[in-house]
Amino acid sequence: MAMADFLVKAPSAGRGPIEYTHEDDALRIFGFWVFIATDMVLFASLFATYAVLYRHVGHGPGPLQIFDVTGFATETFILLTSSFTCGLSTYSMHRGQKGWMMAWMVVTILLGISFISFELSEFITDVAQGATLQTSAFLSAFFTLVGTHGAHVSLGIVWMTLILIQLAIRDLTPTTARKAFVVSLYWHFLDIVWIFIFTIVYLLGEMS
Amino acid sequence: MLHNAENFASHFFVLGNPMIYGADVSILLVIFGIVFVLTYYKKWGWLWREWLTTVDHKKIGIMYLIAALLMLFRGGVDAILMRTQLIMPNMSFLKAQHYNEIFTTHGTIMILFMAMPFIFAMMNIVVPLQIGARDVAFPYLNAISFWLFFFAAMLLNISFVIGGSPDAGWTSYPPLAGITFDKGPGENFYLLALQITGIGSMATGINFFVTIMKMRAPGMTLMRMPLFTWSVLAASIIIIFAFPVLTVALTLLLLDRLAGAHFFTIFDGGNPMMYVNLFWMWGHPEVYIVVLPAFGIFSEVVATFSRKRTFGYASMVASMIAIAVISFFTWVHHFFTMGAGPGVNSFFAVATMIIAIPTGVKVFNWLFTMYQGRIKMHLPMLWAIAFIPNFAIGGATGVMLSVAPADYQYHNSYFLIAHFHQVLIGGTVFGMLAGMYYWWPKMFGIILNERLGRWAFWFFNIGFYVCFLPQYWLGWMGMTRRMYTYSTGMGWSLWNFISTIGAYMMGIGFVFIVIEVGYSILYGERDLTGDPWDGRTLEWSLPSPAPHYNFARIPEIAGRDAWWTIKEARRKGDPVVESKPFKPIHMPNDSGRPFVLSVLFFVFGFSMVFTWYPLAFVAFLGILISLILRSFEYHTDHTLSVEEIRHTEEAYGRV
Repeated sequence: MAMADFLVKAPSAGRGPIEYTHEDDALRIFGFWVFIATDMVLFASLFATYAVLYRHVGHGPGPLQIFDVTGFATETFILLTSSFTCGLSTYSMHRGQKGWMMAWMVVTILLGISFISFELSEFITDVAQGATLQTSAFLSAFFTLVGTHGAHVSLGIVWMTLILIQLAIRDLTPTTARKAFVVSLYWHFLDIVWIFIFTIVYLLGEMS
Repeated sequence: MLHNAENFASHFFVLGNPMIYGADVSILLVIFGIVFVLTYYKKWGWLWREWLTTVDHKKIGIMYLIAALLMLFRGGVDAILMRTQLIMPNMSFLKAQHYNEIFTTHGTIMILFMAMPFIFAMMNIVVPLQIGARDVAFPYLNAISFWLFFFAAMLLNISFVIGGSPDAGWTSYPPLAGITFDKGPGENFYLLALQITGIGSMATGINFFVTIMKMRAPGMTLMRMPLFTWSVLAASIIIIFAFPVLTVALTLLLLDRLAGAHFFTIFDGGNPMMYVNLFWMWGHPEVYIVVLPAFGIFSEVVATFSRKRTFGYASMVASMIAIAVISFFTWVHHFFTMGAGPGVNSFFAVATMIIAIPTGVKVFNWLFTMYQGRIKMHLPMLWAIAFIPNFAIGGATGVMLSVAPADYQYHNSYFLIAHFHQVLIGGTVFGMLAGMYYWWPKMFGIILNERLGRWAFWFFNIGFYVCFLPQYWLGWMGMTRRMYTYSTGMGWSLWNFISTIGAYMMGIGFVFIVIEVGYSILYGERDLTGDPWDGRTLEWSLPSPAPHYNFARIPEIAGRDAWWTIKEARRKGDPVVESKPFKPIHMPNDSGRPFVLSVLFFVFGFSMVFTWYPLAFVAFLGILISLILRSFEYHTDHTLSVEEIRHTEEAYGRV
């Protein structure tokens, strides 16, 4: 892009982390932070909808009937662990250890896949019990909120795989480092969203 | 088989209305005309290389401007049709259903496909030039934003000949807009078109926020930024925090309609008021998104044509930021009648009254900027001055509406209609027209004809008052919005008649603008200086139109009104000579993918409208593949050599 040569260079330029080497990449990371702000508002709106509607169970089951403690506890454990391994990947990247970095990314992706599998099986069990998107406002809000998070995670898995391929082809450069860093930001963000889902949807649901 | 095809076609195409047939014919004629002209003059390659694949913010801005003017025409025709139907009692010019469709598309198009692209046009053309940047932060994303908007606009517009237009009002409230009461594909068109353009708008918000925060020329601190750039920064912040809420509102309603969910249904626990809340959590900030850049334009225009520094710069900035923040705390005033209780209604009433204060501060600052200035009455200044009484009335009636108990009387009456047209036309449209006249020389190197422009101005401005002042009266007399006709004995006939005359006058004003543009392209005065208005900000330091890399050398900024400071120094005989050598410039490559990606979004949206899921899936895969291809693309920019830059600058006579 066009602007690299006139951005005021920070005093630390050249000595910072690898993903901030070029002004261009720094710009994109900043832009991604702003994107995360928009995504946060998106989830906030879904949480608000859920909060308004979660007592509106109509003729369908309520939270207590469909939430399975072992299931969502396992999902939480897996996703939080994946955030940790994702952090380890970034750590290895900053130490220039491309092999470890990629290995931790693979672990993260596998954990992500197993999270999605657990979530899908939870959804399938719900639907088999007759708790579907069409049953009640509560279930519409539940499936949409948790499903939107799940869709984000699925996209993250595909995305991280693509970055992994690019790392293998193009080696660890400031550009690939920036890409890996951005996908890791995304991944951690989804983890934070999950903590809210865990608290507001599942824990409060169990207490209701 | 043939019967099936007939049955399909009779639902797919809108049949049986002579006006729609007329529209069909004119659309086909226009398409054939465009194809013929492009083929005859062998311009297909030129169109693709210069426009469809461009990532240059100036060209994208010009395309936004053209699209906005076309949509102003479409929305304006809707308005003329509605006013013609209401010119006398018991008219049967439009049927009730047709009237419903027209007021829905009028509102939707004017807000999302006219006002939004118009502000994006100004933002794109001006902001990088004002802050001394060579493009926006993400030029490729910028092209995606434009094409998503463009194809979303096409998706909404196609609905009136294929499938049927949306008819539940521009706010599209459930349960009326739900599947129970509105089975046709019209509402799907509305939801998907808005969703697609919303993605583009959100990306634009992010893009300009990053551009303004990170790409200002050295020395341009935040408090040295031109006020238009400040207004765009404030609008971008609102976009970032408001548009995701619209995304959610539209998605949930779409899930209700297509997947049988129960967010906003009446049964099974749904709550229609949740949609209304979500819609206005976006909708109220949205009106500030479209009016703040207009405020920014007025600040530039008033300072330039008064030949004075803006009065109260810091308070201008503070009031814009205050508006941006408070705009998120006023949404309930759109439905005080929901009955949320005195506590909630009081909070939102008071917030609404408070937001009038920073707006008032800005009006006084413009007046004080003009005070003792040497005012030159060119077209931009004319629109800026006309804006002030207009907005004063609109603001005062807004404060009247904000009084919650009284609002129960005004709610959904023509009083409200008159109020919001007064602020949206008087604020946004006047502002955008002022900006268009002001920066037209910068975009095209042509100064728009003053004489024809004055005809347009007086027709539009007088027509505005003739059209909308009677509507305040009508509101008091009990006429509610969205009525397709009324009976003789109501006592509304005279005021409605006058109002329609005003609408026709505004239509004539628009025709004058079209004539003016055509005339000026052929015979208009050319701007050879790059600074026809004796401007104050950096965009006027460049030739008109600016070279594609904008600045051959990035300027160093020493204070506010950067270009004025340089000119002052030159007038005092201190020749500020640009002696720094040229340096190679990195420029982004053009790309056809934003266009292709947006076509795929269009196909996706269109097939979702008719629930053709296999085709929607294919289009969705196409979208994913486009994104993946971009991710694997590493050669995304090129370098302009010093020779090329010198060559271009010599052609402008600027070395």
